[in-house]
Amino acid sequence: HLATSLPLPSERDHLRPRIDLIVFMIDIKSKYSLKNVEASLTYVDASFFLGKVCFLVTGVGRVSACSIETSAICKLGEAYCSPVLFCELELEGIQVTTAQRLLRMLQICAGHIPGVSALSFVSLMRNSDDD
Amino acid sequence: MDETVAEYIRRTVLKMPRDEIKMMLQKWGFLSEAQLESLNFHQIKDNISQEVVQLCEENSADIKQAAVLDIIYNHIYQNKRMWSVYQMKKSEEELEYFDIKDFKKKFKGRLRSALKNVTITFREYEDNAIWIRVAWGTPYKKPNQYKPSYVVYHSQTPYAFISASVLKSNLPLLCQALIVASNYHDIREMELRSHSLNSLKDIVFKRYSQNFQTHYPKSLQGGDVEPESADRRIVHENRSEKERIHRLNREVFGDGPQPKLEFAQYRLETMFKSDPKMDVLDRKEPFRCLVKFSSPHLLESLKSLASAGMADAPLSPLLTCIPQKARNYFKIREKKGLFPESFVSP
Repeated sequence: HLATSLPLPSERDHLRPRIDLIVFMIDIKSKYSLKNVEASLTYVDASFFLGKVCFLVTGVGRVSACSIETSAICKLGEAYCSPVLFCELELEGIQVTTAQRLLRMLQICAGHIPGVSALSFVSLMRNSDDD
Repeated sequence: MDETVAEYIRRTVLKMPRDEIKMMLQKWGFLSEAQLESLNFHQIKDNISQEVVQLCEENSADIKQAAVLDIIYNHIYQNKRMWSVYQMKKSEEELEYFDIKDFKKKFKGRLRSALKNVTITFREYEDNAIWIRVAWGTPYKKPNQYKPSYVVYHSQTPYAFISASVLKSNLPLLCQALIVASNYHDIREMELRSHSLNSLKDIVFKRYSQNFQTHYPKSLQGGDVEPESADRRIVHENRSEKERIHRLNREVFGDGPQPKLEFAQYRLETMFKSDPKMDVLDRKEPFRCLVKFSSPHLLESLKSLASAGMADAPLSPLLTCIPQKARNYFKIREKKGLFPESFVSP
């Protein structure tokens, strides 16, 4: 399901299946994009932040067009205990790889991989420096 | 043949892309078919231009013919120049029969009476456009052929498109000659500039697709909605929002391609509105600020802002009024009155 912002329109509530993974896409070339994501995050139920949220930063290939500091995004990821992925969707190879990664995460979040749950992402996020 | 003419022709040919030289020389018509056939267009441009100059030498070309070649090049590569739009006013509304010979005579007469050293060349094109090339000199110097001004005048309209040379001091004289020749009594520069001459024409002649107010809200699903992605596994949650943006875009911009402008400039002379406690400025003077939007194709990018998720729809009327108002330079001042909003001055 693709949405431009949260909250999701209520008229489609009955048509929506269970949500296993929320990927927030941030275009590094647009400050508006980051603001939109920050505003939408407030509408997400706390239980999602146990591994079912991920930030996907696109457009990193064009270094000169970056409008957002990567440190700001990493801070966002830390604040919400969610992984941050960087990619460049204009390159087909990276597009495919990113899709495969997200699909793998989705399989775990949906409980299709025995022995691994979404909570694993949270523990994998912890930096060894933190301890 | 004059050395300066030879050099000018050589440099003009050098500007042309190699595979277009033959076509431009044919349009020029100064060299015979036989002479054109004798040219070898497969060598480096330097050599081609030398050969062309030699042939022109045989035909004794003078500056007049060289100027025509320059017009031909600039007509094809018109988008390399920056064009401004001028509008002329008539005192009476009578429709006079336009006589091209009369126009040329009056134009040349007016210019030559003020400046002896000018090169004036005319060329007519099918779309009723008259291209005028003027190379400027001084009472003591011959005209500088490398910095000419170009005027494109459509005789059935009050508009002239001018690409002035760097020597801007000659502009008033050029404008004067235009109104005298075309029987108008006043001319003013519009706040409209672009590299794309055709787009400027589209805007002032209203040839682009305009938006029309629809009084019947379209409830058809047919041509209104943007083509959905073929993959039925993708569900768009905000489809009604997308449709709203699409409808608004259509209302504002119309359906067809937009005229090509490269920038919009807003000169703000408005009061700085801040928290009264901050008191940024001691004197209550308007804050002067220049905002410039630039893009390879400004109007198309404005049109795609909302659907790309980069701006809210509807867009500010300051941006969307550009084609209707036929201007891309604005001065915004404070509106003196009940509502402290800014308004656009003429």
